[in-house]
Amino acid sequence: MTGTLFRFATAGSVDDGKSTLVGRLLHDSKAILADQLEAVARTSAERGFGDGTGFDFALLTDGLRAEREQGITIDVAYRYFTTGARSFILADCPGHVQYTRNMVTGATTADAVVVLIDGRKGVLEQTRRHLSVVALLRVPHVIIAVNKIDLLGYDEQAFIEVDADVRRVTAELGLDDVHVLPVSALEGDNIVTRSERTPWYDGPALLELLEQLPSLDELETELDAFRLAVQLVLRPQGGLAADVASDPERAESFRDYRAFAGRIGSGRVRVGDRVSVFPSGIETTVAGIDQAGASLDEAVAPQSVALRLADDIDAARGAVIVETGTLPEGRRDVDAELFWLDPRPLLPGARVLVKHGTATVQALVASVDSKRDLDTLAHEPAETLEANDIGRARLRLAAPLPLEPYGANRHAGSFLVIHPADGQTLAAGITEQ
Amino acid sequence: MTEIVTAGGRVAPEARIEATTSVNEVVSIRPQAAYSTNGRAELDALDVLESEAIHIIREVVAEFERPVLLFSGGKDSVVVLHLAAKAFWPGRVPFPVLHVDTGHNFPEVIAFRDATVERLGLRLEVAEVQSYIDDGRLHERADGTRNPLQTQPLLDAIAAGRHDAVFGGARRDEDKARAKERIISLRDEFGQWDPRNQRPELWSLYNGRHTPGQHVRAFPISNWTELDVWSYIERENIPLPELYFAHEREVYRRDGMWRAVGEVSPPRPGETVELRTVRYRTVGDMSCTGAVESDAADVADVVREVAQSTLTERGATRADDRISEAAMEDRKKDGYF
Repeated sequence: MTGTLFRFATAGSVDDGKSTLVGRLLHDSKAILADQLEAVARTSAERGFGDGTGFDFALLTDGLRAEREQGITIDVAYRYFTTGARSFILADCPGHVQYTRNMVTGATTADAVVVLIDGRKGVLEQTRRHLSVVALLRVPHVIIAVNKIDLLGYDEQAFIEVDADVRRVTAELGLDDVHVLPVSALEGDNIVTRSERTPWYDGPALLELLEQLPSLDELETELDAFRLAVQLVLRPQGGLAADVASDPERAESFRDYRAFAGRIGSGRVRVGDRVSVFPSGIETTVAGIDQAGASLDEAVAPQSVALRLADDIDAARGAVIVETGTLPEGRRDVDAELFWLDPRPLLPGARVLVKHGTATVQALVASVDSKRDLDTLAHEPAETLEANDIGRARLRLAAPLPLEPYGANRHAGSFLVIHPADGQTLAAGITEQ
Repeated sequence: MTEIVTAGGRVAPEARIEATTSVNEVVSIRPQAAYSTNGRAELDALDVLESEAIHIIREVVAEFERPVLLFSGGKDSVVVLHLAAKAFWPGRVPFPVLHVDTGHNFPEVIAFRDATVERLGLRLEVAEVQSYIDDGRLHERADGTRNPLQTQPLLDAIAAGRHDAVFGGARRDEDKARAKERIISLRDEFGQWDPRNQRPELWSLYNGRHTPGQHVRAFPISNWTELDVWSYIERENIPLPELYFAHEREVYRRDGMWRAVGEVSPPRPGETVELRTVRYRTVGDMSCTGAVESDAADVADVVREVAQSTLTERGATRADDRISEAAMEDRKKDGYF
């Protein structure tokens, strides 16, 4: 297996054919195996499924008993398939129940989001809302699959109208990498291969597009400065791994080993690079990059490595090692956009925990300032945020965090808001410009 | 023990470090990522999945007091253990492993388990289903399978070891219920999974906060497929129990699967014993795990076979998952892996 990894989320409204699309992608890329197909066919038949296909693709992704019993999708389901060029992780986000929570979950890790539209209905309120979340979380690529083109008679004019509608909305929301495709999930048009029934469409099929778009990791390696949040410090001393300990000379060379373990959040690092450490601000040089026994000359996002530094500096979990000259400032007052996910509302004065990178600090909600109208993204005055609201709040942190604008660096600008007593994740937070 | 410094300052004062040049001569466990002509490291899907898993394992070790790894000797737990060894190299894996021994295990898998633990210098905790049956705390089921009986010994072992995090090798592609479970999955004091009340998992920020009595299950290879696991085993040259590879075995046909003849899995009257060339795609109990006919004699053969397979591994080999569509979900809700 030599392909790259690509993560995408699918979102849609009720009855737009998302389950069929997901089923089609999995089926046509041969990710559904015979026993799964058999089980689905058996259950479809038992329930008298009769939309002409005799096959309810939703049964493939609705994994929980309650989902199957109620015929609804409750939670994000992850599916996996591979082509020669790429391995895909698909986060299938249900559209109707708790859509913000599900969209946020799917979108925070997605390289691309596929939003389905029923070509006969065009852009719905739900579509706008899905796209709003995608825009705020800056998912790099947006693919709008205009579905049921077969029911529109493969008519170019009908597609042009929906396309214009979509482009107007995505422009308003500030989305820039937008791809609009005419598809039929049921008939397979423009899903895996380009359809002969849409000769007027000269763009790629959905799967072709998914194979070609650059992933977030590639973009963040190319565009962003080096950042590594220290997870822990490796200092094996007496407790050496057996392969090291068995050779006394080698064991001796590791006696004073000390390295900073973490996953590269963005950028690249090379041996000899000058780096600075947050919060101390101390500058040093990268003496080595270790990856379990292999010494690398260079590492890139999102590799998990252990960095050896030339000087004996103080850095523990919560520290961030960055390219010198790009040291972020520590911030204790944060204007944040919060995606509120908990049934309990956010009230000013609340005490919460903020988890950012590998640091967790206490925080006080100084004020709730506004919430978004999810159709226009405009801010409206608000004093509280409720489940599935997106709004602005000001947080006061008990210790400074190296928060940077989310738009400039995804990992450096994102955090969790956690309930201090029961540990629930209350909100996804991003820092504003 | 590997010493880990956390934000909480769990550890002794820093030792002074001297020149770091001496550690440059490290032996390569695996080839480095390929480099393209512009000098950019080209990470393939396995590189990214490996990095994600190591990140998760390190997060759990940094944030929890007493993690443990469920280790059965099956390929998925073997891969997680390998990843843990890489995550803390050149130190030792900083947590013990726990095996729930049903008493129906394949003897060669138990031997492999013990050899692996010995090789890596780990501590092994064993929870024995047999002792629960012997003293009456558990009763043998009518169908003879002991898989569902693992839950109580598992939960007791977690409580006895005061483990607040339990690593497992479960993957989301195995089963529809697992497809919905978080990477860090909260369990209550009864070990129960509440699928309708899961925390959203955002970016790569894992929230393992829990109250006393609760613990988390951590699944570092959630996003791996069966083919990823085998490709990784091939790339990293990871040793596995022999029964994953083609061998001759006395088997009989039951429920559309080849079942091994053994003390705990005798054929019933009318079931014919044959000698067949088989291998196992999953390693569970002898009493409920089926073999598949296969000539795949080494890892490369298995990778090719898995890539071409038309059946899922659980569908092909697990009698217990055929009971109902929600068999796995129901077991998980009760505290199973």
